[in-house]
Amino acid sequence: MKFRGLIFANLFRKKLRLVLTIGSFAVALFLFAFLSVVKSAFSVTGGAQAAGAGRLIVTGRAGLIQPLPFSHREKILRIPGVQAIGTKNWFGGIYQTEKNVFPQLAVDVDTQRQVYPELVVPDSEWQNFVKDRQGAIAGAATAKRFGWKVGDRIPIKNSLYGPTKTWEFNLDGIYHSAIEGGDESQFWFQWKYFDENLAATEHKVGWYIVKLEDPGEADRVAKAIDAEFANSSDETKSGTESAFQANFLKQLGNIELIMVTIGVVVFFTLLFVTGNTMAMSVRERIGELAVLKAIGFTDRSVLSLVLQESLSIAIIGGVLGLGLARLAIPLMSKALGTIVPRALVLSPSVLVLGLVVALIVGAVSGFVPGMNAMGMRVVTALRRV
Amino acid sequence: MVQTNGRGKTDSLIRARGLDKTYRRGGEEIHVLRNLNLDVDRGDFVAFMGPSGSGKSTLLNLLGGLDVPTEGSITVAGDELTRMSGGRLTEWRARHVGFIFQMYNLIPVLTAFQNVELPLLMTNLSKAERRKHVETALGVVGLSDRMNHYPRQLSGGQEQRVAIARAIVADPTFLLCDEPTGDLDRKSADEIMLLIDRLVREHGKTVLMVTHDPIVADLADTTLHLEKGLLVESRESQGARAGGAA
Repeated sequence: MKFRGLIFANLFRKKLRLVLTIGSFAVALFLFAFLSVVKSAFSVTGGAQAAGAGRLIVTGRAGLIQPLPFSHREKILRIPGVQAIGTKNWFGGIYQTEKNVFPQLAVDVDTQRQVYPELVVPDSEWQNFVKDRQGAIAGAATAKRFGWKVGDRIPIKNSLYGPTKTWEFNLDGIYHSAIEGGDESQFWFQWKYFDENLAATEHKVGWYIVKLEDPGEADRVAKAIDAEFANSSDETKSGTESAFQANFLKQLGNIELIMVTIGVVVFFTLLFVTGNTMAMSVRERIGELAVLKAIGFTDRSVLSLVLQESLSIAIIGGVLGLGLARLAIPLMSKALGTIVPRALVLSPSVLVLGLVVALIVGAVSGFVPGMNAMGMRVVTALRRV
Repeated sequence: MVQTNGRGKTDSLIRARGLDKTYRRGGEEIHVLRNLNLDVDRGDFVAFMGPSGSGKSTLLNLLGGLDVPTEGSITVAGDELTRMSGGRLTEWRARHVGFIFQMYNLIPVLTAFQNVELPLLMTNLSKAERRKHVETALGVVGLSDRMNHYPRQLSGGQEQRVAIARAIVADPTFLLCDEPTGDLDRKSADEIMLLIDRLVREHGKTVLMVTHDPIVADLADTTLHLEKGLLVESRESQGARAGGAA
């Protein structure tokens, strides 16, 4: 505390340099926070992973492009360890323009809520949906994005299943994810409505979602399902939902690696910039530090002075950058919409990690010039004054 | 009484014996000080003169604990400097030595008050006590009304007076002045020397000073001449004790 005046005065010695150094910290920490949330949005972690571990995804052996017969449903349900089974079909329609991308899925209304308990729909809205053959439920993010409200009629054009046709849906409800950062972008409608609008011979589902009695049994049940349909015309490939999502995201490219690479580059650039700034600042004051040592400042107090300066810059810059990220990321998440698989959520852990990163960079960048100042020979340094 | 024959009293404030300082530059050894003996009593005012490179500043650095001799020993107020570690030497300097430099060496971003307070930051004094000491020191040098000025707002003479206040604020055992008037005009130099002289005569300070200026050196009780690392002449000043600087 006694050194506060000295540290403060030194910090403001060159105001432009101070502003630029703090600015570089703030920008880097903002980038760090942003890259972290984007990485999280593209990876299956936390609550989503935990929820996904209790479910299996059963697709055709060739993948999502190979639909499975509806008749598989009963056979899968008979396999020990299966608690419930749901179905999904990818719709791939266009709402207004091709830019409005969001996942539209035909779902099994009888089991959807049982299979996905974390995606919450109010009971009254769900009952209306069940009763309404053209009904639909939208995720809160998608509803917010397009300004939909319950009761709206949603026309979606589709050309994947026969000639281009506009399907009309009634928005009966809006779901929210009980898991922070969970997917709130989907648009569900009834599989029966989907099926009856296709050729009479279809009766196919895109993939099955199997809710397990015990997540620990995932491997055994997955093998049992695949064995059940082995050597049939519709062989299956089963795996946990987490693994399925991870594989799906891999198709988008190794986002995680890209984010980590950019993050590491930013970190080291910041380290070199601040390290160089601190070194320059210490070099300029080497004579003054020598005077301090001559009049009785110990080596440790000189090191402490330099470290406190660099840590002050790191903390101010870090708090500014992370504060900016806290304000901007919700807006960016809104602007990006469903370009990212999940909403961008800046969790407290990212903020804490960001501050720790800032402190590490501040400490390292102050430590090297501080050690040099600590080890300098007073007599030599005084000659430079 | 200053002595250079190595036969001074055992209770001298500063006692240097067989001081030798050698630097190595390239493959060559440079002897800056050779077998130097010195005894300085409490309250003495000693000036060191000599051509550049004669070892004056090196001697001052050794006596101030800023550098260590290659050979020999230095004892100040009973403390043997040459046996102290770097950390202990720093603490010793804080307690015993006040430095006054040619270029004042004030911290430009600190006010006169903050500059003078610096040596006290390493002590256990409370903020109020530090303030009292700083105000007293600035009062002694006649700058009570400039305590909130930054060095750039002061003249050279005033800056040096702040530096003197910084040197005396912790009440050190002795002052080391390395050409304290070397960067000042005659008038300011005279004022600074009057002040240093007052510190000796009125406050009983022991002062060791390097200077090139014979007028300045004449104020000291004793002037020692160095050449090529050897003390070649010791001269007692006639006027200093009798009439002071005035």
